Amino acid sequence: MSTTTDERPTTTVEPSRGQRFTGWAANYVDERTSISGLVKELGRKIFPDHWSFMLGEVALYSFIVILLSGTFMTFFFQASMVPVLYDGSYVPLKGIEMSAAMASTLDLSFDIRGGLLMRQVHHWAALLFVASIGLHMLRIFFTGAFRKPREINWLIGFVLFVLAMAEGFTGYSLPDDLLSGNGLRIIDGLIKGVPIVGTWISYLLFGGEFPGEDVVGRFYTLHILLLPAILVAALGVHMLLLIINKHTQFAGPGRTNDNVVGVPIMPVFAAKAGGFFFIIFGVIVLIASLFQINPIWTYGPYDPSPVSAGTQPDWYIGFADGALRLVPPGWELELGPYTLSLNVFIPTLVLVLFLAVVALYPFVEAWITGDKREHHIADRPRNAPTRTAIGAAGVTFYAMLWAAASSDLIATHFRLTIEGVIHACQFLLIVGPIIAYVVTKRVCLALQKKDREIALHGYESGRIVRLPGGEYIEVHEQLDEYERWKLVSYEDYKPLMLRPNAQGKITAGERLRSRASSWFFEDRIAPVTKTEIEKSHGDH
Amino acid sequence: MANKPKTSARRDRGRRHPLATVALIMVGLLGTGGAYALFTTSASAETSTAAEAQVEDGSKLFAANCATCHGMNLQGTTQAPSLIGVGAAAVDFQVGTGRIPLAATGPQAEEKPVQFTQEQVAALAAYVASMGPGPGIPSEEYLGGEGDAAVGAELFRINCAMCHNVAGAGGALTEGKFAPPLGGVSATHIYEAMITGPQNMPVFNDANISPEDKANIITYLKYLDETPSVGGFGLGDLGPVSEGLFIWIFGLGAIVAITIWLTAKSN
Repeated sequence: MSTTTDERPTTTVEPSRGQRFTGWAANYVDERTSISGLVKELGRKIFPDHWSFMLGEVALYSFIVILLSGTFMTFFFQASMVPVLYDGSYVPLKGIEMSAAMASTLDLSFDIRGGLLMRQVHHWAALLFVASIGLHMLRIFFTGAFRKPREINWLIGFVLFVLAMAEGFTGYSLPDDLLSGNGLRIIDGLIKGVPIVGTWISYLLFGGEFPGEDVVGRFYTLHILLLPAILVAALGVHMLLLIINKHTQFAGPGRTNDNVVGVPIMPVFAAKAGGFFFIIFGVIVLIASLFQINPIWTYGPYDPSPVSAGTQPDWYIGFADGALRLVPPGWELELGPYTLSLNVFIPTLVLVLFLAVVALYPFVEAWITGDKREHHIADRPRNAPTRTAIGAAGVTFYAMLWAAASSDLIATHFRLTIEGVIHACQFLLIVGPIIAYVVTKRVCLALQKKDREIALHGYESGRIVRLPGGEYIEVHEQLDEYERWKLVSYEDYKPLMLRPNAQGKITAGERLRSRASSWFFEDRIAPVTKTEIEKSHGDH
Repeated sequence: MANKPKTSARRDRGRRHPLATVALIMVGLLGTGGAYALFTTSASAETSTAAEAQVEDGSKLFAANCATCHGMNLQGTTQAPSLIGVGAAAVDFQVGTGRIPLAATGPQAEEKPVQFTQEQVAALAAYVASMGPGPGIPSEEYLGGEGDAAVGAELFRINCAMCHNVAGAGGALTEGKFAPPLGGVSATHIYEAMITGPQNMPVFNDANISPEDKANIITYLKYLDETPSVGGFGLGDLGPVSEGLFIWIFGLGAIVAITIWLTAKSN
């Protein structure tokens, strides 16, 4: 410090050696790549500050952790189902025949320095990856951030979610331990449950009858090459669209549909995000070093005969497992010599349908509302009661499937009968979403009413004043302009009017749309208008 | 390891049964009688007299504590099964783990503090064994945990894991019944459970799993008990469900807390 202050009077504008080098290097790169335009554009991308806007980042960073730890493991893992006799450090498996995949995973866990930590980092990061994607999607959904112009990015995000699940499942199957083998057997059953083509597809995938000797090698290629390649590409497009579409923001003073208020990416946000990456990395490593995950040595090598009690997939596949558990008995159809396994096929269809609804929801909502405007202001969930209620119903549906996947553990830990748990889940799978829908919608409307009340009349201050006439009143404090802005600035939708089209006809589609629209917007609380506020000021 | 002293301590402390005083006086009287007999008979008759005394002792205990449900002659009633031919092992397991006497009727008898002293359990076992041949108390050679853990682990996965879970964490059965967790269960009780098939458990007789293989299974379970979980806290050995709950509640919970902290406005 002292030296620079000494030199300052003498050196007027002479750049230091370091600055000269940086300038030269930047120029060198820019002259050959014209990257300055991109940096200028990117560097000025604005990120509004809200905690829920960082969930996607969590997913991104945990993906990077997955890539790093996964790369480490590829150095040691052998994706082969060739039987070998285990001769590593873990005593209760010594001399047991298992696939090379299982043996190399055991070596990775017991005999390679840092291997177990890397396995645990990889697996915990994978769980976090999918979980943060899920939470990120919920944030997008409940704030309506999927509306125009972001529908396509929602779709890409959905693809990323499905890819993440596929990555997770293929990875879970690689060690070829008892648990993963049982999971794979269920997938095999799901595939075989598809009418007519199921068996063919299963034989194609496993290279013969399950389990065969090919599936680990094939899943390995999918897991480390094909799926990550697609995932990274989709991730790139996802981020590009994020930049092109700009970030949404919550309503606030100075925040409009035409601007984004926040911190530019350079330099503060980039520094913050870089730090955030290391925080995520740190949290994952901390968890991985303290908590065991997927102890394949306890599960032992895969053998099609034993199935352990409490066999579950990783959490993100749980909803599929739960769907299978909730099928009532007897859903099979015999057509001559063929048996149609509807008990497996219908849950598969339900899952596909559920995921399709998730993927296409933005388009459905856009059609119902007939709204073709761009939206850059994120909704507060209460201000879109029907959407929020649909979301709550969807979450409940998913949660019931999820809970059903752990029905046996719920039964043992809460001292219930497993039949009771299953029946409760079956009942709540259907009734739960309806209850959730109605309750959420009412809660949203009530919250809107409360907001309206506060915007118009202020909040109760708790200060009781006695007037000269002897009357007692409680003084209501008015909100300041900033706070009130948040409460009153949301869009007011009305049900679409049923109007004849250019040919003077009312089509069936329009009729349906109008009905859907009135279902969507029938119950609504209009935002407080300026005149209402002005009028209300006289009251208190 | 840690469980062992605890279990024995619990046994010693065991709440005194109302009839314990009676039993104690009985033991005292029989002891005196036995001592008298000891002086008056030859050495070979000594042991048989001691055994007879034990059976006699067990008979009294049985009549006082068990006969209400199992019948005076072990023939069983509508409340409980016949005990003729169940053997000493069944009694030692059921009474020795506190499952019997039942606290209440329910889906299955549950483990609870043992109601009898070790001597009383032995006397009951001897009495029941005297009434009809059945599996006896296993001999020490199979209980030391000196078998082959790898073979035991494989047998455990094939024969036991479907109910008791691959890590011995227990699992659900139908109608509120369950396979209990196996952590901390004594070798004798594991062996006895295999040969007698208590509650809903099937019998694994010596033709099915040889005594040596039973010893291997016991060795593996001992290994699980004595080896700390390799990768850190085991989260109850429940597999992906507890892992999933953990990442959602604590993993993602911590991260959301961090995001809130990062975006918080300074006051």
